[in-house]
Amino acid sequence: MLRYAGRRLLSAAVVVLAVTVATFLILHVEPGDPARAVLGEHATAREVQTLRHEWGLDASLGSQFTRYLDDIARGNLGRSFLEQTSTTSLIRSRISVTAALVGMATLFSIVITVPLAALAAARKERLADHLVRGLSVTGLGLPAFWFGIVLIELFALHVRLFPVGGWGTSFWSHLEGLILPGLTASFAIAPILVRSLRVGMIEVLDADFVATLRAKGLGELRVLAHVARNAVLPALNLLGINIAFLIGSTVVIERVFALPGLGSLLLSSISERDFPVVQALTLVMAVAVVLINLLTDLLAARLDPRIRLG
Amino acid sequence: MSVVSLEAELEPGPVGRGLIWRRARRSRGLLAGCTIIGLIVLAALLAPVISPAPPNQQDLYHILAGFSAKHPLGTDELGRDVLSRLLYAARTDLRVGVLAILFPFCFGTLIGTLAGYYGRFVDTLAMRVVDVVIAFPFYVLVIGLVFVIGPGIRGIYIAFAVADWVVYARTVRATTLVVRESDYVAAARAAGIGDLRLLARHVLPNTIAQAIVYAMNDIVLVIVAVVTLGYLGLGVQPPTADWGSMIGEGQDFLTTNWTLATIPGLAVVVTGLGLSLIGDGLANVLRP
Repeated sequence: MLRYAGRRLLSAAVVVLAVTVATFLILHVEPGDPARAVLGEHATAREVQTLRHEWGLDASLGSQFTRYLDDIARGNLGRSFLEQTSTTSLIRSRISVTAALVGMATLFSIVITVPLAALAAARKERLADHLVRGLSVTGLGLPAFWFGIVLIELFALHVRLFPVGGWGTSFWSHLEGLILPGLTASFAIAPILVRSLRVGMIEVLDADFVATLRAKGLGELRVLAHVARNAVLPALNLLGINIAFLIGSTVVIERVFALPGLGSLLLSSISERDFPVVQALTLVMAVAVVLINLLTDLLAARLDPRIRLG
Repeated sequence: MSVVSLEAELEPGPVGRGLIWRRARRSRGLLAGCTIIGLIVLAALLAPVISPAPPNQQDLYHILAGFSAKHPLGTDELGRDVLSRLLYAARTDLRVGVLAILFPFCFGTLIGTLAGYYGRFVDTLAMRVVDVVIAFPFYVLVIGLVFVIGPGIRGIYIAFAVADWVVYARTVRATTLVVRESDYVAAARAAGIGDLRLLARHVLPNTIAQAIVYAMNDIVLVIVAVVTLGYLGLGVQPPTADWGSMIGEGQDFLTTNWTLATIPGLAVVVTGLGLSLIGDGLANVLRP
């Protein structure tokens, strides 16, 4: 286990480093000048030059990069061009909203997908299976933001069960405000999860050990418990793979429901061309994905000796 | 390793054209998918003929009108005919979606085949690059790239070229690894066939089927992403009709004219359903 963990940790570190370089490069090949963009059309060349110097944009690409790495190592992700604060504090004030949304969406996706996939697998090629498969095929082409709008239409405007959007001030208003966005985000990945999980469960159900359990005279319920244990692993892997897509979807969903998370910060920084914030957010989200994938891989290896020995 | 199943007895031999056709004709999902997509493509092609009005023609005296004979799906906040915009948006979104996956499809298949076939250094390098691109959440990467390149259709093409090839590379690499170890590749190599010819004639034809199957699922994701970018104002730029911007503009009128935001979304869902059915059908038809 330790050797596997070490190898996995090393490769994650390499990816994090490469991601850092990539984020830096993406935003430095940008043709427009951020200083010019912030100061506007009427700024003099001198003013632009001063600002460029202040932000360190007039240094060579190499020295900008070493400074960037140096800053990151000290936990400094740069200063926002527009808001006179550090990006780190901007991110810290908003990360809990996004984390809560991702958590809520993960919870919803498990609650939705596991029973549906189990039902479809147990009733393979029968009506329930066809219904679940039909639903998941339809769900693949469902734009998350549109589904969110439809949910607002139905459950916030028509039947006034939930707020139209916003974050509120108390714990309960946070929770209330997260139900519809969480449901929306979970629907972004639920179709993919149901389809893969169903196939995985059918494979386990067809496995020899299940026939043995049945031959031993075990009841269906206890057989299902054995099956579930073996189907948890692929489900865990799937969730790990799709968490990146889920985090990406929250960007758009936060906009639909006016949630003050990292996604809405990213979109507003983009429209205001606030470079350091866009750069920091891209980096933070990518690193979060690498870490979550690392965790699910380690957890999977802990649960299944075949992975760490293979 | 191989257990002779009933199916194998009924359908002996490798997957030939005959078998593929027989499977295709029996697949109800494939038929349904092709019918849906056929109708949508037909409607998109015929948009100039069948639209009740030009898509950008404003009529400020008849804004936010309900369904009528003149405007079958009503009008939007500028009095533009919703049905016409819906049909023209199909032209834009389908074209952009298809063109956006061309480069990822070709480049990803090429890289995946080379990485799987040559292994070693080529493989390590290619897969590390894939790891880095995959680390970015898809929407964050695409939105970030469009921000850098500038909003619009050109930005979409470049963003997908950078972000979308990796899954093709991964899928194709996995298939190539299997094909490389197969008996017929060993036989061809023993017969003295060079790498290039072996790749082009014996490896690629087997791996490309996987890429095609994945492309059908991918194009659904890409069209949804194009529509999402349009909704965020980063994709297809107004006044060109696009399902995403139509939903975004309609969102302001949810309480009074809920159909404005709902109908373009349904168009996306139906298109996605048709393409997914084709994808599933093809996966079934092309399976070994």
